[in-house]
Amino acid sequence: MDVTEKDRRLIAELQRGLPLVRRPYAALGAAVGMAESEVLRRLGRLKETGVIRRFGVIVRHHELGYRANAMMVWAVPEGQVDSLGQEIAGEPDVTLCYRRHAAPPRWPYNLYCMIHGRDREAVLARGRQLAASHHLDRWPHRVLFSGRRFKQRGAWYMPGPADSNGRGEEG
Amino acid sequence: MDAIDRALINRLQDGIAVTRRPFRAVAAELGISEQQVVDRLQALVDSGLLSRFGPLYNAERLGGAVTLAAIAVPEDRYEDVAELVNAYPEVAHNYAREHPLNMWFVVSTERPDRLQQVLEDIRHRSGLEVYDMPRQREYYIGLRFEL
Repeated sequence: MDVTEKDRRLIAELQRGLPLVRRPYAALGAAVGMAESEVLRRLGRLKETGVIRRFGVIVRHHELGYRANAMMVWAVPEGQVDSLGQEIAGEPDVTLCYRRHAAPPRWPYNLYCMIHGRDREAVLARGRQLAASHHLDRWPHRVLFSGRRFKQRGAWYMPGPADSNGRGEEG
Repeated sequence: MDAIDRALINRLQDGIAVTRRPFRAVAAELGISEQQVVDRLQALVDSGLLSRFGPLYNAERLGGAVTLAAIAVPEDRYEDVAELVNAYPEVAHNYAREHPLNMWFVVSTERPDRLQQVLEDIRHRSGLEVYDMPRQREYYIGLRFEL
């Protein structure tokens, strides 16, 4: 779909989140010179077309106690990645699950899943259980725990409404 | 943070409808006033537990590009390379991980062609190989933290 200049103005204004008032879309509209109804219509359309996945809270998971984060990866034959990915995606405790391009020979892995938890041992145990129940460890695999977090940009970055296009983030 | 804050965060991670008064239904569900929802959210943002209330985008649909990149950084250069990488506004987050590829970061750019420029620039300035692992498919992107 087309993301128009006016949409981009809204997106830029939303970088730091919605104003926290009872009618946030009216406040947002006031800041960019649009009526509340127009803001609702534009954002509703961006949501319907999937440009916006959802409106909700974005948490700082470290600060909320989720400090153990394991990235589990497997090098799965091409023909089986999708079915395995869909299976794992349905498991509780899996916070993200992707297929990515491998970068062999150093990095042959193409199936990724993340498990976040409060405690490293518990996350590791859950990961082992997950791998066992889907027979995943017959393929080359690794579990990479995160160490220090060097940067986490909470907000969406966009220099300004005049600048075309936008960009996203992922966990 | 009390039980109501936790319920509020759990509920609002699922997302709410884009309506004139988006907090009204949630307030009713939790048995507090709409103004209390707003005040609690503001307090949680101010204390740094929430980064914001707002949209989560699909970068590709917005016309941008995203990738996950990794570098094998020699230990004695780790701080310097982290500083170099993090200085790019296009780098969203950067984690140390336990592997020979020990620095992992997400790069997202407004224009698709800028993505490879950033990676190439980091290669050139650090003298290190930057591995590029773009996403081919997503199976689950729920990323939700139950409190």
